[in-house]
Amino acid sequence: MTEHLKMDKVQPRLLDETGQGVISTPMPRPEGPLKVSGRATYAAEWKAENMAQGFMVRAGIPKGSYKIDADSVKDMPGFLGVYSDHMVRNSAQGTMNTNPVQLEHEIQYLGQPIAVVVAETFEQARHIAESLKVDYTRDDDVAGDFDAVTDWKEGSSQDQGDLDDAIAKAAFAVDSTYTTPPHNSAAMEPHAALASWDGDKVTVRASLQMLGYNRNEIADSLGIDAANVRLLSPYVGGGFGSKLGIDPASVSAAVASRHLGRPVRVVLHRNNVFEMINLRTQTRQRVRLAADSNGKMTAVGHENWQTNLPDEPFAEPVDTATHFLYGGENRRYGQYTAVLNRSASGSVRAPGEAVGMLALENAVDELAEVAGIDPVEFRLRNIPDTHPENGNAYSSRSLAQCLEEGAEKFGWSQRKSPKERREGEWFIGMGVASAARTNILMESKARVTLNPDGTALVETDMTDIGTGTYAILGQIAAEMLGLPTDKVTVELGDTDLPTASGSGGSWGASSSGSSVFLGAKAIRAKIADRLGCSPEELRLQDGVATGGNNRRPLTELLEGPISEEGHIEPGDQDVAQAGFGAHFAEVAVNSVTGEVRVRRMLASMAAGRILNAKTAQSQVWGGQIWGIGSALTEEIQHDRRTGHIVNNDLAEYHVPVNLDVPDLQVHFVDERDDYANPIQSKGIGELGLSGAGAAVTNAIYNACGVRVYDYPATPDKIFPHL
Amino acid sequence: MKPFDYVRAASHGDAHDNAARIIAGGTNLLDLMKHQIETPTKLVDVTRLDMTEIEEAENSVRIGALVSNSDLAADPLIRERYGVLSRALLAGASGQLRNKATTGGNLLQRTRCPYFYDTTQPCNKREPGSGCMAMEGQNRILAILGTSDKCIATHPSDMAVAMRVLDARVEIEKPDGQIQLLTLDELYRLPGDTPHEETALEPGDLIVAVHLPDAPKGKHVYRKVRDRSSYAFALVSVGAVVHTDGGKITDAALAFGGLGPRPWRDTEVEQTLIGEAPSEALFEKAADILLADAKGYGGNDFKIPLTRRVLKSVLGELTGATQ
Repeated sequence: MTEHLKMDKVQPRLLDETGQGVISTPMPRPEGPLKVSGRATYAAEWKAENMAQGFMVRAGIPKGSYKIDADSVKDMPGFLGVYSDHMVRNSAQGTMNTNPVQLEHEIQYLGQPIAVVVAETFEQARHIAESLKVDYTRDDDVAGDFDAVTDWKEGSSQDQGDLDDAIAKAAFAVDSTYTTPPHNSAAMEPHAALASWDGDKVTVRASLQMLGYNRNEIADSLGIDAANVRLLSPYVGGGFGSKLGIDPASVSAAVASRHLGRPVRVVLHRNNVFEMINLRTQTRQRVRLAADSNGKMTAVGHENWQTNLPDEPFAEPVDTATHFLYGGENRRYGQYTAVLNRSASGSVRAPGEAVGMLALENAVDELAEVAGIDPVEFRLRNIPDTHPENGNAYSSRSLAQCLEEGAEKFGWSQRKSPKERREGEWFIGMGVASAARTNILMESKARVTLNPDGTALVETDMTDIGTGTYAILGQIAAEMLGLPTDKVTVELGDTDLPTASGSGGSWGASSSGSSVFLGAKAIRAKIADRLGCSPEELRLQDGVATGGNNRRPLTELLEGPISEEGHIEPGDQDVAQAGFGAHFAEVAVNSVTGEVRVRRMLASMAAGRILNAKTAQSQVWGGQIWGIGSALTEEIQHDRRTGHIVNNDLAEYHVPVNLDVPDLQVHFVDERDDYANPIQSKGIGELGLSGAGAAVTNAIYNACGVRVYDYPATPDKIFPHL
Repeated sequence: MKPFDYVRAASHGDAHDNAARIIAGGTNLLDLMKHQIETPTKLVDVTRLDMTEIEEAENSVRIGALVSNSDLAADPLIRERYGVLSRALLAGASGQLRNKATTGGNLLQRTRCPYFYDTTQPCNKREPGSGCMAMEGQNRILAILGTSDKCIATHPSDMAVAMRVLDARVEIEKPDGQIQLLTLDELYRLPGDTPHEETALEPGDLIVAVHLPDAPKGKHVYRKVRDRSSYAFALVSVGAVVHTDGGKITDAALAFGGLGPRPWRDTEVEQTLIGEAPSEALFEKAADILLADAKGYGGNDFKIPLTRRVLKSVLGELTGATQ
């Protein structure tokens, strides 16, 4: 049986009525002990009998064509083959559902995968790959420099009112241009795959976020039927968007395995991850804002420039949050794109908000400054009543509460003017930024089985990319079925199981959680029926069902297992739906060197029902840390002549280290979003990043009076102004 | 990585192998081998040899080449007498790397120039005569002093900067058993037309120890400016030992990291300071001398004013003069 819900009207808050009391608690992740003791097996850790090892060959030129000279290596020890057929140019975009661009003998960027070498051992494969002779025909017409682009193509644009006129007439206005560098997801686990064929069916153990889509992407890339592809990704060591779509390792492993008739494992080298996997695009953003003499915004303009490879169906939705965060009648948006011979652009955690909010929230800070209004107060004044463009109501929005409670907890009233607070060589300052992230529901299915022994099983091809899926799906099932959480087992990451939403866009917990909720709800109806009460009367707690005048343990009530499938689909609702929050940061800026150290941060977040206080907090911590990285250290550097990435490893691409990460506080504002889904939750994984970096850079300005327009705010961009 | 033979040296004689590369901690060499930037056919592992002691001798301390960076930084004698060295070590790399990296190996780590690291790119250091992409490319972390028109690489070590301040001498055992003592300026070569020839070491040579003479008189400071708080190479670093008496600077030893192809020391800077009363003008003059021949290449231009600021700040701190 399937319990299906198309979410086009408000649902009752059943999880506020159930009695087990495990939902929202800070339950530790059940798979945690496996992970910290090395017993959770990740893709690259599987072994198969007679397994061969692959290593990717990267293009050594940025543009042109190539021919592989297999004879140059065929006598090397361990050599099994070198294959270029079906080679994908870069990873697939999220929810692409088809093959990514596949090129034959053509090179469009330096570092592009052009072949996979397979040998008996990993070391042999790597040595052969590095020794392989490739005959290149260079095309010297390389476009590698973002700043040199002149032929920008106008993409989407939107106008409302008259922005120029509003700015001309405004009491206060800001016109600022910001640049953000490309970012790498930098997941701890590199992309890896182990493929093996049984007849015309292939099984791939991979590290992927959205198996339902990924199965179709692999099938399309190989030219086979999706029914013949089984994917397994029970554990994923971080994704952050980099594993939304299939990667060169998974396709190459399948291709090589088909050629050789034996299992093949391919693990991307960290350099490959930087080059072959989609990065966040570099952006240039122009933000124009205006306010009247009362500090009420009258105009909002947000335009962006960004690049990608040819034929890549993705553009960073830079202005997403700008559309609904603040009021103002006159609005303009524009997106301009160009093609470069550089690694592809795609989704990296919070595509859009991650960089769009860096610019918008800096500009809002600048506007508050020229208007002479406290930045928290300025933001509070500009929260619109309804969506400023389509007039829709907000499904739930605790932005004001997040700002107010956050300011109180952070000690915002102690904030001083630039250069007013100094400790030795260090200027100290505070910054604030709003957070907003569109909330999305995606189709998702799960099977829930209640056994007569009082245990339950949840099955779905949903993934846990370190986010806590195992924990929250178990909590939802336990809460709904009235069981202790240790009686519920969750099986994930196998395409043989019901197809889930996958992990991405912060929709995973709500979408797959709703499917589990629905499956369990159907089971509740059956239990009520057996107990002789209505589902509304039924109370389930600790394996005992109570309803009407009956009270019976499930072990007595059930004759056999009850298995139900939950199926959630998004519906049509005319509401603006997003998570909101506020970030606060205190930084120290060295007056000699311009070095910045973040001293503390506080995130005040509202994301509907919090399903697990611990894993939700971890998500926000991660967002805050990403905020520090995007504000201060993270930057993919390209050579402008060749377009290639010069810092393609974790030594030179600077993610924050422990010493960069200070005391991080997280405060959740209690909220339910009745329009979002039947469990009233909203996404948290990307909300925690939205605006976090801007709070840091706004704090830099408050500390020392220097505003950095060119992210990241490295010392060389600050000290010359001190 | 190219296949190689591996032997574990049981004696110093085993280590004097002209055909082999010496490996100790391997924190840099293994990376270079994986990328086939270095392709030795034979490795001699010296980690079982007797070079692990820190010994006090008359007017000096002898540090065995195999003493790990962690152990050296934590050694009570080093902490007490050679604070600049302990602090420089702790400013380098990460805890894990410092546990593996050795004193001898640290001296011989190679540049972090991104073009040196990518074998698809020309590099005069990796492939003599092939060209330098860094000069007009991404050179933010590269050198402003001691460069040539062939190479602008920096030496990445923090430890070596402190050792240069301390007038360390490197004890090298030649294959015939003879001992050679080299200062760091004698050990490291400037790139000139041969950036691939980085040191005065000859095939079969073995670094067995580093000697530190008695520390110069004064307060010790190691100041490192970097892009993140840990596990980042210096943009600019200053190791300094300075003493003042009666309102005048009586002793000064200064060396700089992140600026040149070797830890950079300019005795003229020190001579300018010694005998003078600390002042803003004096510090400016010292910076003028240090940076007289500095040359930026675009991305690293900022190092010139940054070095001036850091030098002045460090001298202010050490002499008690206000900034």
